[in-house]
Amino acid sequence: MDTLTQNIQTIPLNHYIILCAIIFAIGVTGVLIRRNAIVIFMSVELMLNAVNLLLTVFSAYRGDATGQVFVFFIMALAAAEVAVGLSIIVMIYRNTNSLDINVLNRLKH
Amino acid sequence: MVNNYIWLIPVLPLIGFLINGVGRNSLSKGLIGFVGSAVVFASFCISVAAFLQVSKTGGFTVDLFDWIKVGSLRVPFSFLVDQLSSIMLLIITGVGFLIHVYSTGYMHDDAGFGKFFSYLNLFVFFMLLLVMGSNYVVMFIGWEGVGLCSYLLIGFWYSNPSYADAAKKAFVMNRIGDLGFLIGIFVIFNAFGSVAYLDVFHKAESLHSGNSTVLLITILLFIGATGKSAQIPLFTWLPDAMAGPTPVSALIHAATMVTAGVYMIARSNILFTLAPITMHIIAVIGLMTLVLAALIAITQTDIKKVLAYSTVSQLGYMFLGLGVGAYTGAFFHVLTHAFFKALLFLGAGSVIHAVSGEQDMRNMGGLRGKLPVTFATMLIGTIAIAGIPPFAGFFSKDEILAHVYAHNPVLWVIGVLGAMLTSFYMFRMMFLTFWGKFRGTHEQEHHLHESPSSITIPLIVLAILSVVGGFINVPEIMGGGHWLQNFLAPVFKASTALQRGETIETSSSTEWALMGVSVVGAIIALIWAYGKYISKGQLPVADTEERPAFTSLSYNKFYIDEIYDNLIRKPLDALSVFFYKIVDLLGIDGFVNGLGKGSMEASKDLRLLQSGNVGFYIFMMVIGIIAVLVYNIFRF
Repeated sequence: MDTLTQNIQTIPLNHYIILCAIIFAIGVTGVLIRRNAIVIFMSVELMLNAVNLLLTVFSAYRGDATGQVFVFFIMALAAAEVAVGLSIIVMIYRNTNSLDINVLNRLKH
Repeated sequence: MVNNYIWLIPVLPLIGFLINGVGRNSLSKGLIGFVGSAVVFASFCISVAAFLQVSKTGGFTVDLFDWIKVGSLRVPFSFLVDQLSSIMLLIITGVGFLIHVYSTGYMHDDAGFGKFFSYLNLFVFFMLLLVMGSNYVVMFIGWEGVGLCSYLLIGFWYSNPSYADAAKKAFVMNRIGDLGFLIGIFVIFNAFGSVAYLDVFHKAESLHSGNSTVLLITILLFIGATGKSAQIPLFTWLPDAMAGPTPVSALIHAATMVTAGVYMIARSNILFTLAPITMHIIAVIGLMTLVLAALIAITQTDIKKVLAYSTVSQLGYMFLGLGVGAYTGAFFHVLTHAFFKALLFLGAGSVIHAVSGEQDMRNMGGLRGKLPVTFATMLIGTIAIAGIPPFAGFFSKDEILAHVYAHNPVLWVIGVLGAMLTSFYMFRMMFLTFWGKFRGTHEQEHHLHESPSSITIPLIVLAILSVVGGFINVPEIMGGGHWLQNFLAPVFKASTALQRGETIETSSSTEWALMGVSVVGAIIALIWAYGKYISKGQLPVADTEERPAFTSLSYNKFYIDEIYDNLIRKPLDALSVFFYKIVDLLGIDGFVNGLGKGSMEASKDLRLLQSGNVGFYIFMMVIGIIAVLVYNIFRF
């Protein structure tokens, strides 16, 4: 555990933060510009994992295991969320024969 | 020496079960029958060796391995082979072997031949486990196992829905009893800190008679016994168990299953002796069962039903014996009953085989000449069960009745009346089946034939045992040595010591008189049956005709099934319907659906505010998050 922490600390903290910010930004962009529901879903996961990585890094730098424990909870939660999200997508596809989110405006009418 | 091979006794039938179970479709019928019978015969041989060892050096325990070890609970998987269990082993494997041999002939044309033998082997395995276990937990495995096997075998012809129902009924009835037994085991562990017989009985010896914990334990164990051994109120499954093939009836009724309750009480005799209240309950329940079942048996027309109710009635005798503390007598009756009841069932099977599956005695008659071996052996069985000397049933029934008389003469009078009924319905069955003219169809008459030797040889062996089986416990006044009683004395030692002084010794002249009365009673009943069914040639009336009130009551089994149906099943059904229709459909479903409908209604107008463009939503969300971030950063 200790050697692992030291290994992580050989790379400056800023590098990690920048990497996470980039991944997060990719996720946000993906969500904003894509129209395929599955790709949007993947982008959301990307954002989630960017945050996870950041939590782990801070946890390692500060020597506090709480952050890593938190990551486990997020992972468990994400697994549940994926199950729900994917089933919603399946239902969308069955109802509209398309994964384009712009088609989903029928509630309005 | 033989101790090292004791584990083979139950394991051999288990191997037979595995071979027959796996190869039920691929092996030939001859091989399946041979394997099934041979493993039981091998067990029988080892049981004989174990019996000889026990009679030389006394009982011994064989530890196999530690099965459960949690905290203070330690349950070793070990076998106790003593006087009681060694005799049970001989009965189970010996009579069981004969039934296996018989089945090779009886089931020969059945499509499920291999399945049948694998079930039979499994049944014997669990029964051996039940008897050999050295603690209550191992006994309970066997106890549950025979329950399962009886379910499988009673429902063997499961494509007939009423047979499948009978199997379910047997299973459910047994489960009720099993629950009592299980709770009893918990209380035993709680009270004595152990479930091993020797520990429990050793600790129990220091308790006082009438101890309330022991009372609770014995009541619970007795509830367990009423399920397995078919006593009031749980006896109704046994007559329905006739749905199974006839060898199964013989196995369940004679060698295994129903004797389990008697064995369990005889095994726990010290606990029961310490609880006089339970003993009274057992005696009264036994007596009620024996009279009720006998009254039902006298009007039944199905040959197997008569025998089934006679089993319930004979079990009543055993429990009556247990209830008055005549453990040896009750166990003696288990032994002799195993011989003559197996004989009678197998004989009935032979009759049914001969008349092409007919079971109604109204369509039989005059089979004496066509089935000479079956007739002769069944006659021996009937005389034995009716209690006419010197056949086996006389000695065991008399042993019980003598103790009952010493205990309470009123119970004895009812017991003797029950014995008269036994004699009456058994000879009624014989007369209707074998005397008179054949009343079936011409086709059946044309097919009448004596059964093959695989069926008749077990009958002959059992008939010999039914004749001589009683001589192992001839009372002193008849010049006998009470061999069984002396042999079993170590098992019942503590109880005998407690009972000393309680029972009044009957003088030998009284004992002779008691025997005389019961024998004369049995013979009067025999003559009465002869007069009714042969001299006057009466027949039970057809189902469509009117019966006198009492006959009708008896023919319909005192409506006990209907009473249970109305008292227990219907209220339960109504309760289920209430929970389903009101609580589930209206209450729970209504609440959940109401929530959904409520939010639909509430949002009906609000939804028009939305554009429905998901991309725009996400964009606005990101803008919002950025705005919150910016606010948070520049606020300070």
